Amino acid sequence: MSAKKLAPWLLLLAVPAGFAGVWHLQGKLNAEHDALREEQDEVLVRSPELMKLATLEYGTLAADIYWTRAVQYYGTKRLGQDTNLESLWPLLDVATTLDPNLLPAYRFGATFLSQSEPRGAGRPDLAVKLLQRGLKANPDHWRLYQDLGNVYYLEQKDFAKAGEAYREGSKNPKAAPWMKIMAARFMEKGDSRETAVMLWSEVMESSNDAAIKENARINLELLRADDDIDHLNEIVAKFAASAGRPPRSVREMLQAGLIGGEPADPDGYAYVIGSDGKARISEKSPLFKEKSVYRRAL
Amino acid sequence: MSRILIVARNTFREAVRDRVLYNLVFFALLMIASAVVVGQISMDIETVVMVSLGLSAISLIGLLIAVFTGVGLVSKEIDKRTLHAVLAKPLRRWEFLLGKFAGLVLTLTVNTAAMAAGLFLAMLFVKHSIVRGDAVVLVAVYFILLKLALVVALAMLFSCFTSPLLAILFTGGIYVAGLFVAQLRNLQSTQITPQLQKLLSILSFLLPNFENYDVMGAAAHGRSIPASLALHNTLYTMLYCGIVLSVAAVIFSRKDLK
Amino acid sequence: MQVEDGEVFGFLGPNGAGKSTTIKLLMGIIFPTAGSAQILGKPVSDVSMHRDIGYLPEQPYFYDYLTAAEVLDYFARFHGFNAAERSERVQKMLKKVGLETAGKIQLRKYSKGMLQRVGLAQAILHDPKLVILDEPMSGLDPVGRREVRDIILELKNAGKTILFSTHILSDAEMLCDRVGVIAGGKLRGVGTPGSIVGVKSAGMEVVFELADGAAAQKIREKATKSGTNYRMSVADAELYAALEELKGAGAKIISVTQIKPTLEEFFMELVGKDRAQAAAVEVSGQ
Repeated sequence: MSAKKLAPWLLLLAVPAGFAGVWHLQGKLNAEHDALREEQDEVLVRSPELMKLATLEYGTLAADIYWTRAVQYYGTKRLGQDTNLESLWPLLDVATTLDPNLLPAYRFGATFLSQSEPRGAGRPDLAVKLLQRGLKANPDHWRLYQDLGNVYYLEQKDFAKAGEAYREGSKNPKAAPWMKIMAARFMEKGDSRETAVMLWSEVMESSNDAAIKENARINLELLRADDDIDHLNEIVAKFAASAGRPPRSVREMLQAGLIGGEPADPDGYAYVIGSDGKARISEKSPLFKEKSVYRRAL
Repeated sequence: MSRILIVARNTFREAVRDRVLYNLVFFALLMIASAVVVGQISMDIETVVMVSLGLSAISLIGLLIAVFTGVGLVSKEIDKRTLHAVLAKPLRRWEFLLGKFAGLVLTLTVNTAAMAAGLFLAMLFVKHSIVRGDAVVLVAVYFILLKLALVVALAMLFSCFTSPLLAILFTGGIYVAGLFVAQLRNLQSTQITPQLQKLLSILSFLLPNFENYDVMGAAAHGRSIPASLALHNTLYTMLYCGIVLSVAAVIFSRKDLK
Repeated sequence: MQVEDGEVFGFLGPNGAGKSTTIKLLMGIIFPTAGSAQILGKPVSDVSMHRDIGYLPEQPYFYDYLTAAEVLDYFARFHGFNAAERSERVQKMLKKVGLETAGKIQLRKYSKGMLQRVGLAQAILHDPKLVILDEPMSGLDPVGRREVRDIILELKNAGKTILFSTHILSDAEMLCDRVGVIAGGKLRGVGTPGSIVGVKSAGMEVVFELADGAAAQKIREKATKSGTNYRMSVADAELYAALEELKGAGAKIISVTQIKPTLEEFFMELVGKDRAQAAAVEVSGQ
């Protein structure tokens, strides 16, 4: 039989043999690919098939696009003073589903999903969910524990869980030393302004994200204003004790010699005495508006 | 063997002079440049965006070349009858086919390398330094090349027995289907019958699994890829190409040319 | 059909008769459903025998982006020449087919005639024993055709065997030792060009000029005008009487030639027969 006649019969043997080899290799490849993606938890992932169908194999690229959209969405909403942020979670959800290693998305979501309206979506539970997914895919990134702890502490007031989170994070040898310190503070002191200040200072220092930094800065200013006001109110009480009535203005207290000058808030505007006889931030100060926004829930 | 190389060398020469190739490569480099720009809008992940976009561009352009040129390799020669003079030489048909395949794979290698160089330059521009960990991007590019070789083999197979247009459609179709092999195997849907499900499942074993070559996530985030994965992917590609090209050779050897 | 060593064999037939098909079967471009063929003692499926064959395809086309020199070099490589030999042969061939100045231009810029010459060059570059040419004259102007004819004769004198197909009968008459006639997919006859058409004479043709005059007028009626001259056919036996008559009329004799049936007439008859047969089949088949 000539080679030409023989060929189809050889093929009949060679092709199945070839496929046997192909299937054997595929098994190995499946295992190796799983190892490369071992952190993925199938339960947390939402409809990966649909996403993949829409984006073919360019998942990481599509994730970046969704992440970009999330940031722009938030910025546009805030600029337009729109308080409705309900699309923020789906955008971040898809982005982190397509690319579970998209760290900036987790950190962004930690802040802006958890904070109450209008500065956030008011969904600390979703923030927690997002962060847990992030930690599953990136267990080495201890900052996510920091973010998680912050959500528990600030929005859910769950000090025990907050401490837990910080402690978990502190186990990472690369973690900053204050993780342990903060863990202890949460456990011991519960809700305290000092803790909150430390917390926000850390956030502001460690973040590269302009929006997150700004957010932290304002919170810090408000906390400082709180301190100032508490201090002022002590002096108001002193004045009331001696004068039998609350002061009408800070100037009165100044004239009474109880304070050395007119204290100003972090934005530079002098504090005023309200009609209820308590110190507060001046309406002229931008901090006044921010306070009404940031502390609406309280 | 040397006859195969003669055909390969000629194929490479002809392909390299075809200006369409240069336009495609230029376009890819343009896409990589735009990735640098996009990276600066999306905070904190410039490198991730750029590597993702760059690898996607290289993959897409490579696929276009592989499918269209791959189909053209055989169809154009049959159509234009350049084939007739060559077959009058002491050259077996399967040697001709293998030579064409080798020539196009060589062309793709050169193009992909050029685009990868562009990507690394872009990375250097953004990060101001290249570290050893960035070698993973090279591995991702190598995997893209493996994928392209398989696509070329498929394109040549189809062009041996169908029209150029159908060959392009079939090759493209197999590629897309090959991205969802795992899903095809276990498809949960109320819209298909169990028999169709079984058929799709069987099909999923015969289709080439193009997901094997996707390591964009790891490459974009700088995670290292184990050598065993690279080895297995290489073997997989060689084996699958062997199957496809053998079938193509048998068909081509029996085909009446016009 | 058999082609002898060292002869020039013409393969004749009208368009669509099957000349190219037969040649492609010989070259392994298409495959037979039945029957067998051998070249140089080996079956046509044996590709190694191609080493000693040169083939010019009909309407050759080569790679757009390569130059003539590069294409010839490519083909030469299959015959195992080293670089120096290849270079020498390529130059020689380019010169032989009149393309030496165009050797470095990309083929996409070549005219049909130039491509034909490249095709011829690659067919004889490796000094093959057998040269098969499919319509070698197509696309060439008279000068080109003359050159190809000269090359074929040169090859013949060098002891090569040549098989070429054509539908231009005068070329076949001029060049071939023997011809094979094919029509409607069937071989109709093999033999020398003369034997194919038969040797019977159909009389003599006289070409002459006429002056004016009464006698001239009479002749004018019998003859046909051809340009400024006149032609007249006469039977062999009546030739001298006719010449006398012309002499009497004061005609000037230009030429006297024997009328032989040409290949063309043979052809037309053959094709006519075929068409009649085909029509008859159609009618009867209804």
